[in-house]
Amino acid sequence: MSASTAVKNSGSAAGAAGRRARKPRRAGWWLPYALLAPAVIFELVIHIVPMVTGIWMSFLKLTKMYIANWGNAPFVGTKNYQVALDFNSAVGMGLLKSFGITVAFTILVVGLSWLLGMAAAVALQKVFPGRAVFRTLFLIPYALPMYAGVIAWKFILQKDNGALNHLLFDNLGLPGDKPFWLIGDNAFFAVVIVAIWRLWPFAFLMLMAGLQSVPTDIYEAASVDGAKPLRQWWAITLPLLRPVNMSLVLVMFLWTFNDFNTPFVLFGGSQPPAGDLISFHIYNASFLTWNFGSGAAMSVLLLLFLSVVSGIYVLFMNRRKDNA
Amino acid sequence: MHDTTGTKVFRVITITALSIFTIIPIYVMVISGLKPLKDVQGAFSWWPESLTIQPYIDMWKTVPLADYFVNSVIVSVSATLLSLIIAIFAAYAVSRYTFRGRSLFSGAVLSTQMLPGVLFLLPLFLIFVNINTNFGVQLVGTRAGLIITYLTFSLPFSIWMLAGYFNGIPRELDEAAKVDGCGPMRTLFTIILPTARPGLVAVAIYSFMTSWGEVLFASVMTTDANRTLAVGLQLYSTQTNVYWNQIMAASVVVSIPIVIGFLLLQKNFVAGLTAGAVK
Repeated sequence: MSASTAVKNSGSAAGAAGRRARKPRRAGWWLPYALLAPAVIFELVIHIVPMVTGIWMSFLKLTKMYIANWGNAPFVGTKNYQVALDFNSAVGMGLLKSFGITVAFTILVVGLSWLLGMAAAVALQKVFPGRAVFRTLFLIPYALPMYAGVIAWKFILQKDNGALNHLLFDNLGLPGDKPFWLIGDNAFFAVVIVAIWRLWPFAFLMLMAGLQSVPTDIYEAASVDGAKPLRQWWAITLPLLRPVNMSLVLVMFLWTFNDFNTPFVLFGGSQPPAGDLISFHIYNASFLTWNFGSGAAMSVLLLLFLSVVSGIYVLFMNRRKDNA
Repeated sequence: MHDTTGTKVFRVITITALSIFTIIPIYVMVISGLKPLKDVQGAFSWWPESLTIQPYIDMWKTVPLADYFVNSVIVSVSATLLSLIIAIFAAYAVSRYTFRGRSLFSGAVLSTQMLPGVLFLLPLFLIFVNINTNFGVQLVGTRAGLIITYLTFSLPFSIWMLAGYFNGIPRELDEAAKVDGCGPMRTLFTIILPTARPGLVAVAIYSFMTSWGEVLFASVMTTDANRTLAVGLQLYSTQTNVYWNQIMAASVVVSIPIVIGFLLLQKNFVAGLTAGAVK
């Protein structure tokens, strides 16, 4: 990401030259490694080793019968993957549907969160009385513990005693019966709205931080030249925020695609098909059916998909940067 | 320079709409925590007929909220402190040294964000169980297990943010310290850390928020002995009655410390993000 490219540029030339020139290792060469060791060890134990174990598990028949003694689970090769990717089977069809829902969810949530964050950052770019109050207010959903915010939404979205149905039907007088929001097709919109509510303040925070480094006299010059506000945004703000946007969009994409917490807290044990996001789907596939080999295979497929998309994104962005 | 009418209209509409969107759930949370049980079970009302602080008293009895609170505080504070210490050393190495493998670092930070939690949740659980059977160190159902799990969640981003912050500290300060006879460690503690205080605060807030709000691992790794608020809050609705007023009251209580802390230190947080991300 951008910060570390800056790191690289600042010292790599001197470092590379030094390494070539000096044959015997310089005194204290081990120090950076020693400094990094604790971080690397913890990441290995908690992330890398379990991940490799998970990949290995995806090739095992790890069902309820073997979970107590998982060392004895038989090796089944790519069977779990074949089942997960066989879209004629119930398991494969379920995974494909969940994937489709997650793609739609991610596009809506990341797109709208970015839009709202950008609108708020631009609206609060100039100093005016009360600006600090709104900035603080907009950051509250991000500061709230994630489950507290989602539980409040869960209450709002209740059918009979929730605030949303009360607003729509009792206050605004919509005709018809109050619908369920957490069951049936509406569950998709419910989880989208809640996820946006949680995510947009982060986009706002990052874009606002990025805008702070944009000098105001550029806008004055542009406005003297007759550039309208929208044109100024397009020609000045957007290009200058490019480094922020590059990492912001990628991180938001990864978080949203992997989002487990929002559907888990919002829907709890009942899992509406319309809100069946992929992490939640895999969790249920593993823990409800006790088929951990199959669940692991699905997780690996998810990881592969995310790596490919991120890789293409980074390559594409870097190439555009080089061309510019 | 004056704003055009269009700009003003855009600003007013954006700020009004987003304020309403932001406030409604917070308002519902606060107001419902002050209603008697029968009011939250019937149709919703924006303005309560009677206000009571009873939910704030009952919520401690319905579930052992105080225990969960203590667990959450111990786990989050420990994970934050450990993560911060480890991140300081790692970020110092990344910022001030050239060494083989450093260019791997940014890729590694990014790829940890990519890992689906469900992929390593079960293996980690099984590893913890095996550590217990082989070495007698209990990690499932203890705070220690949660602490070491959580500290790794915030670590990659913390290192990245801190390294960005350290990069902003002029190297001339290091050189001067070296001339005065400071070793690398003394330079870190006497020169870098005092200068980087806003960055340290930002990283601490980020770590604390990560641990305080974590749900997935908490729901699998905790038993009655180490249950955190993230799981505990959901227990109000598994009883025969759904105590919405107590849930909302408890949500307010668990949110207040972190929201106040975040809002007080938000300037530091923005500064830390700017150093790490906006370059």
